[in-house]
Amino acid sequence: MSKHTDYNYDSKIEGEVIVSRADAVINWVRSHSVWPMPMGLACCAIELMATGGSRFDISRFGMEVMRFSPRQSDCMIVAGTVTYKMAEVVRRIYDQMAEPKWVVAMGACASTGGMYRSYAVLQGVDRIVPVDVYISGCPPRPEALLDGMMKLQEKIRGERSSGGLFQERKTRQLAYKSS
Amino acid sequence: MTDLLARYDFLQLRESLDHLAYNCPPDRLMALLQALRDEHGYDLLSDVTAIDHFEASPRYEVVYHLFSTEQHKWVRIATPCAGDEEPVCPSVVSLWPGANWHERETYDMFGIRFEGHPDLRRILMWDGYPWYPLRKEFPLAGHEVELPSAETTERTGAKVLPAPMMGGPFHAPQRGTMRKREPRADDESWTEIRHKRPDEAQAPKPRDFNT
Repeated sequence: MSKHTDYNYDSKIEGEVIVSRADAVINWVRSHSVWPMPMGLACCAIELMATGGSRFDISRFGMEVMRFSPRQSDCMIVAGTVTYKMAEVVRRIYDQMAEPKWVVAMGACASTGGMYRSYAVLQGVDRIVPVDVYISGCPPRPEALLDGMMKLQEKIRGERSSGGLFQERKTRQLAYKSS
Repeated sequence: MTDLLARYDFLQLRESLDHLAYNCPPDRLMALLQALRDEHGYDLLSDVTAIDHFEASPRYEVVYHLFSTEQHKWVRIATPCAGDEEPVCPSVVSLWPGANWHERETYDMFGIRFEGHPDLRRILMWDGYPWYPLRKEFPLAGHEVELPSAETTERTGAKVLPAPMMGGPFHAPQRGTMRKREPRADDESWTEIRHKRPDEAQAPKPRDFNT
């Protein structure tokens, strides 16, 4: 009767119990409570703060809990220019996050190095951490950041989470090898 | 004002497009800057930077920009550095504490050591970086070298690579419409820009308003 594959519910049959797939439940919970870790390095951090404010309100998605501790967060939003000197710190913070974790490269500098084609700037944070969503813009508007986070939510909803529940999550590969 | 030239005979007028500028020999520099700060009212040190002349000797010149907040006047003081291979210059941190990071940046980019600086180390590049990036022989995109952190290199295999220049430095032409004044690369062979051929750009296509 119902078109949903995630759950099929008829109150006359099941009563007050909804039966669903484990993946659907786990992904629903994970995608609706992504706690970002703001790696706010430069101007994009201002737009990230604006998105957390009341006009654009990232709290609609459950993401207002910006934990600055990597141990307590799900998603690292790299907002700003990563210099080679700072690359060690970004990678170390990423390593300290607990699985499952995702990375969003916000803005041109985090995606590809941006306007800084330079000896001092890492040409894209995907050289050191595996990135899930790239958001373009310099800086991206708060609506663009929210769109990117919604794409991340769609990506999380498509994951096969229950298969990996009692195993170690496979380390994800970097986008490309520098050497 | 030329009363500075009259008072300090070791100063020479320097060519400048915007405001007063003087050349000063390095041994008289500290006394001059202190006098400018205390007697003439130039209380704000706006910038400390350097110029690399590459083929000339002395090779490096350190430039100070001073501003007087009460009289709203700027002055620029340029002084050559002693030594072409390992240039040195006295530090003005004792006069203006804000010069600390400016001198660190000048050291990082040119290799000019400031005598008397409390903490002279690199500021943008990391401590073991082998080159001075704003010297004229350093290429715009940079050199290839290992990342400063061995731990990150081991975990990611990443390296410091020359940045992709995509056809060379981007220049913005000075004249034309906004579209023509956008920054363009010297070599645009990688783009999809199609410039009009000469025969196409001639007459506009005739338009028929009757139908």
